[in-house]
Amino acid sequence: MGDFPILSAILALPLLGAAACLLTGATLARWIALAATLATLTLSAGLWLTYQVGGPQWQFTEYLPLFGRFGWALGIDGIALMLIVLTAFLMPICIAASWQAIGRRVPEYMACFLLMETLMLGVFMAQDIFLFYVFFEAGLIPMYLIIGIWGGGNRIYAAYKFFLYTLLGSVLMLVAMLWMVNFAGGETSIPVLMATDFPVEAQPWLWLAFFASFAVKMPMWPVHTWLPDAHVEAPTAGSVILAGVLLKMGGYGFVRFSLPMFPEASAQLIWIIFGLSMVAVVYTSLVALVQQDMKKLIAYSSVAHMAFVTIGLFAFNRQGIEGGLIVMLSHGLVSGALFLCVGVVYDRLHSREIEKYGGLSNNMPVYALLFMVFTMASVGLPGTSGFVGEFLALVGGYRANSWVAAVATTGIILGAAYMLLLYWRVAFGTARTAEAAAMPDLSKREIAILAPIAAAVLWMGIYPESFMRPMRGDVAWLLTRIERAAPTGDAAVTPGRPPAGAPHHGEAAAPAGEGAHH
Amino acid sequence: MLSDLLLILPEEILSVGALALMMAAAWTGDRAAPALTWLAVLILAVAAAFLPGVRDPGGTAFGGLFIADSFAAFAKIVIFAGAAVAMLAAMSWFGRDRDYRAEYPVLILFSAIGMAMMVSASDLLTLYVGLELQSLAAYVLASFQRSDARSAEAGLKYFVLGALASGILLYGISLLYGFTGTTLFGGIAAALGDGISTGELFGIVFVFAGLAFKISAVPFHMWTPDVYEGAPTPVTAFFASAPKVAAMALLVRVAVEAMGPALNEWRQIVIFAALASTILGGVAAIGQTNIKRLLAYSSINNVGFALVGLAAAGPAGVASVLFYMTVYVAMTLGAFLVVLRMRDADGQPVEAIASLAGLSRIRPGLALAMAIFMFSLAGIPPLFGFWPKFLVFNAAVAADLTWLAAVAIATSVIGAFYYIMIVKLMYFDEPAPAFAETREPVGAGLILVSALFVSPLGYLLIPALDRATLAAAAALF
Repeated sequence: MGDFPILSAILALPLLGAAACLLTGATLARWIALAATLATLTLSAGLWLTYQVGGPQWQFTEYLPLFGRFGWALGIDGIALMLIVLTAFLMPICIAASWQAIGRRVPEYMACFLLMETLMLGVFMAQDIFLFYVFFEAGLIPMYLIIGIWGGGNRIYAAYKFFLYTLLGSVLMLVAMLWMVNFAGGETSIPVLMATDFPVEAQPWLWLAFFASFAVKMPMWPVHTWLPDAHVEAPTAGSVILAGVLLKMGGYGFVRFSLPMFPEASAQLIWIIFGLSMVAVVYTSLVALVQQDMKKLIAYSSVAHMAFVTIGLFAFNRQGIEGGLIVMLSHGLVSGALFLCVGVVYDRLHSREIEKYGGLSNNMPVYALLFMVFTMASVGLPGTSGFVGEFLALVGGYRANSWVAAVATTGIILGAAYMLLLYWRVAFGTARTAEAAAMPDLSKREIAILAPIAAAVLWMGIYPESFMRPMRGDVAWLLTRIERAAPTGDAAVTPGRPPAGAPHHGEAAAPAGEGAHH
Repeated sequence: MLSDLLLILPEEILSVGALALMMAAAWTGDRAAPALTWLAVLILAVAAAFLPGVRDPGGTAFGGLFIADSFAAFAKIVIFAGAAVAMLAAMSWFGRDRDYRAEYPVLILFSAIGMAMMVSASDLLTLYVGLELQSLAAYVLASFQRSDARSAEAGLKYFVLGALASGILLYGISLLYGFTGTTLFGGIAAALGDGISTGELFGIVFVFAGLAFKISAVPFHMWTPDVYEGAPTPVTAFFASAPKVAAMALLVRVAVEAMGPALNEWRQIVIFAALASTILGGVAAIGQTNIKRLLAYSSINNVGFALVGLAAAGPAGVASVLFYMTVYVAMTLGAFLVVLRMRDADGQPVEAIASLAGLSRIRPGLALAMAIFMFSLAGIPPLFGFWPKFLVFNAAVAADLTWLAAVAIATSVIGAFYYIMIVKLMYFDEPAPAFAETREPVGAGLILVSALFVSPLGYLLIPALDRATLAAAAALF
């Protein structure tokens, strides 16, 4: 690639597309948006192909000291790379999913989405802590507009809640960042700060400030309540972006900031993460079980899945961290696809009530098949992406704390319960309403939207190595950073004390030894 | 003597220019008002061009009564720019009702002289004279629409409460003079350096109280919403911009140059005023139905954040205050310029917030500009309004006031609520009755410039503004 600033180009493409969309009519805006997102996807794929696994930790770096106190510093490691590819992959799908569903103010809608794409990609690319903050916060504006303008009935409440919740979470992070940069003598580069050892007594405060931001974004119980509201009211593509990418910023933040910068605090405060995650897994799964609204059900399942991410990331071992990362990628694909599946039937019947549907496998066989793939992936069936991530996260979690793993595993069972129940009530049996029975099967456009995700889900399930390989080196680096603080787990195999002298039939131990043999 | 006169050249230009314009206004009457306005803008520009302290180090004049350093120069540039914009905005707004009079630019010029004196004061008496000159012009401006009862009420209210504040300030000045034996800032600092007596402490408190009134910091803010609501909108825009900068710069200079040794004493006052302003400015704004009242509370809120920078003290803190006020002026003037465009079908000015509903459908450009100003005032990146907040918090953290930064930034979320409420009205709601079509190229151009300034493009100005504000702040230390 030479000196071509490919990361800046990836950021600029959607931005230019957004500007172009605003100047045109509805039809042209749709095509411009699709072209811009596809071009971004192409460049991102190029990024993946040319990324040197085992090469330098930070690749494609760019630096321009544009803003005085912070710079236009971009660069990616393997973890960022995978999230960038995920984002770029989901965006054209979002645009295509909104092709007919969005009928009013189309140019503004497309512009908001493209702006959102730039900002999300910027979060993963930023190598300067303040540049990261700018991208991280700026995403609030387009998402606020997307939920508020094109959302459902209660959209305004949901938009406010989304905006203020996430804003309150992240402002404290800014103060922590200011403190850190002051401590580091004005150094704003994330790679340098990641290798800086902050004083142990200050770490818990900084950690908590970052935690406030990422826990809301993630979201973790009990600050997850904005998510069901935002998901239910957002248009389908908005939900896909929320679930697919925005939630990943929380996990990315934990990997990028909390763990490497404050390893001691992460170990000290691990009980917060584990405690909240355990509650989230069980509680939100139970809540999901009783939902009547399909989108709400998937939203609550997202909270439960994100708890697997936090358990894995804070397990302080390779399996856990890699598992957490794979759950992030997998959840991005699967929950996005599930929201799209809901969107498909919503476009036909304009209802998200589970009760209105039923028996869809009769009149919509292709839909039922794809829906099943995603349901199974969400449950964590081996062969799908969900299995790989959750299994690894649980293995890692078990090594850290067996109780956490035991409680989290119930989440898998509950997950199977609510997802299969959903699928059963929607796809099997007989249609509960005549309108549901009359719904046509997927159109070519809808197949083109869902099939690539299904392929990616199976690919990640069958050959996860493609996705884990770029991240492996970075996980290893992270482990070297945090191993000095790693808490000892209760599930480690400790060599048992053999009955004294047993192998030798020593004199003193003879009776015991004899007893063991009989 | 000659060097003294050279140092106050901008003030001389303004004084002679304003007097000449007053004569011209008397001879030509109101027909020539637009031409006089442009002339006044020209006078401001010429005065700005002759500012000492921009490239040279400046100096003091008249035995230390007056100082023209880079700090004063920076503040004056912002003040003159704000005054010029306020004049241009007024021209077309009043012009439609044919009640625009030639005294308007003259009064603004007089006020500008007062403001220039304020930021250049290095003596308590220069300070007081400058303050009164600025205020007297402002009282007249507040009641400029003689036929409007609200305007007259605003003028009277402003005058009575302003006089009270001046009294408090004078009392503080007299105490300081009595206990330190001098009115020169340097002399006061020297006297405070060897211990602070109770009398001096009272003097400090009263001076701060009087100045807090001028910047409308809580708990001396009560006049602000009433005066902002009653005064003609362009006058409100003026009040919210240039005089705020002047009063804030004055406060900074008094705090640092005259009362530097009493840092620990006045820091408590400033911290209280800062947090009270950010909280009250945020909470009280939520229930407002009048856009001018809302922006009044917004200015209280913003002053609170600027005071966080002052509480940090030190060169970084002072520079952050200057940076804050610069961006604040652009955001506030921009928002007011949009408000100035709000007229119903009969051409009557509209001030109800509800009339903004659905603006994005009817006037997408205007709505976009307003949304930019609102998000910027809320301090959401990537808009430029984020950066001054960043700087004041950074200064606070660097001064070991991390708790202050954390609390203040948390209160900014309260403020964000009503800013995004405006965006919600404009973008999410069904359109209200449309505004009358207006053709005001000057106003539109000014909105465009200020919107571009607070857009992410503003970040490119950071290195230049950083250099200028740090150089200005260095003049105080």
